[in-house]
Amino acid sequence: MPVLELRDVSKSFGALKVAQGISFAVENGEALGIIGPNGAGKSTLFNLITGNVTLDAGSITFDGNDVTRAAPMKRCAAGLGRTFQIPQPFSKLTVFENLLVAAGFGSSATETEAVGRCADILVETGLVEKANATAGSLSLLQRKRLELARALATDPKLLLLDEIAGGLTQGECAALVNTIRAIHARGVSIIWIEHVLHALNSVVERLLVLDFGKVIGIGAPDEIMASKDVREIYLGIEV
Amino acid sequence: MPQWGIETKTRASRAFLSVAAIVVAAGIAAPLFLSRSTIQDLFFILTMLVLAQCWNLLAGYAGLVSVGQQAFVGFGAYAMFACVSLAGFDPLIAIVLGGVAATLLSLPLGFFVFRLQGAYFAIGTWVVAEVVRLLLAQWRALGGGTGTSLPNTATRDMWAARLVADLLGVRSAQALDILTYWLALLLACLTMGFIYWLLRTRQGLGLAAIRDNQEAARSVGVDAASLKWAVYVSVAFVTGVCGALIYVQKARISPDAAFSVIDWTAYVIFIVVIGGIGTLEGPIVGVIVFFLLQNTLADYGSWYLLVLGLIGIGVMLFAPRGLWGLFTDRTGIQFFPVRRRLVKRQEDASTDALQGGRDG
Repeated sequence: MPVLELRDVSKSFGALKVAQGISFAVENGEALGIIGPNGAGKSTLFNLITGNVTLDAGSITFDGNDVTRAAPMKRCAAGLGRTFQIPQPFSKLTVFENLLVAAGFGSSATETEAVGRCADILVETGLVEKANATAGSLSLLQRKRLELARALATDPKLLLLDEIAGGLTQGECAALVNTIRAIHARGVSIIWIEHVLHALNSVVERLLVLDFGKVIGIGAPDEIMASKDVREIYLGIEV
Repeated sequence: MPQWGIETKTRASRAFLSVAAIVVAAGIAAPLFLSRSTIQDLFFILTMLVLAQCWNLLAGYAGLVSVGQQAFVGFGAYAMFACVSLAGFDPLIAIVLGGVAATLLSLPLGFFVFRLQGAYFAIGTWVVAEVVRLLLAQWRALGGGTGTSLPNTATRDMWAARLVADLLGVRSAQALDILTYWLALLLACLTMGFIYWLLRTRQGLGLAAIRDNQEAARSVGVDAASLKWAVYVSVAFVTGVCGALIYVQKARISPDAAFSVIDWTAYVIFIVVIGGIGTLEGPIVGVIVFFLLQNTLADYGSWYLLVLGLIGIGVMLFAPRGLWGLFTDRTGIQFFPVRRRLVKRQEDASTDALQGGRDG
């Protein structure tokens, strides 16, 4: 059974159509990558899935339930975790408190369970030494890790990662990919928007290509990367 | 496997708890050794502290910058007057009913102002407060635009005031001052206790998250709208009770005074801003500074407001976290810590604080 299913999802901002009849499904335990040029509507698609932006038409089913009109916090409580492309930490709270908010509100954990889980996630994401530092004082890599850690603290069934490897050095990126792989290996489904293709392709089982709010291809990474349309639109290679 | 735990208390907060208990005990005993005018001053300080803590919770934690809190002060006070003058209630009961009336008022007002964001919210709260003032100015039974006084017998015959008069051997007017002062002390302690408790709960953490980033807070499951509503309504109740209490002591009301934006909102914002917004200690520092300035500058007419304004601007420019923020940045001391620090508990029961924790 698919963990997430979108049917004919459309959204316009005035005359700008950012999503045009998007339909796809993500199977339970699958990792799906999303690529596309800047302005293709990738982050808007995430906002539509999480409910931060309301859709004009279509429907979204998550874990067997229609969540089309559900508020973001309801979707989060149902198991939809997300990161933001530009990290959005709770700057005046500590790293640990950032996770505690997510565990306290986004999951059904008791306070004692939440503390243990947050600490384990901080260890896994390499942030435990910064646990009591304010989130506003973190470096870019640490902020990206905090985005991931905070999303994990909600105990998601499906994790939406928005360009989490962007702006990182190769070493930092490799370490982050290992962490994401470990999360995926635990059975967490993932949708990952990324421009760093080698990182993306080392984790995902399928790729979806978005352009001007339309799905122009979905399939195995090798097939997608070999596709004429994708090479022209996304990679800018004339075929 | 390490055992993880949370720690919120600090050395300073443990010490402060003892000092606070002594201060409250001294406050209770104050009418025994302080003059009547000093008790009236303390009443003013305590009621302004309550209003400042309420506004601080609204603006500093829930991000709701209201400039219309005078609506709840005035409505609570008018409701108290109506209960006493028209329905014959005991003023003590009428004070609580003043809070209930302000809570009921906050529901329709919230319906309008919660549709607005940021500066528009601030302006909206001011506008609806003016509407409430104009409506109450039409209430002829309570003196219309010129206002009215509480019946002498209502305050003189209060059972609690008579008890105080008999107990301390003072006249009824002084007994009323002492009674209202004790009530203000109780209200201040309850308000600060409630806010401190709230900030240490899961909801308090959610409020802090909303303040920092509402969109991200919603994405991790925080119901921002409900939390803001809950804060707005609870603050309306406390502000209404405080307004009613202030006007039991004043015993005379008029729409202009009860709904004064300067007295009940501008001064309150000044207190919170110079003391330190977003901290429980800030309004305490702010109200003391405000009282000292008011007394020092009382003879300088409009210069008084001008100097207050200049000080407010100066603090906002050079110490945006207020005087308490300046102090705590340098010392790390917090009397009401809400920071939850992750600690690793060792087998020998000692704790190991991780980086970033300051135990002031």
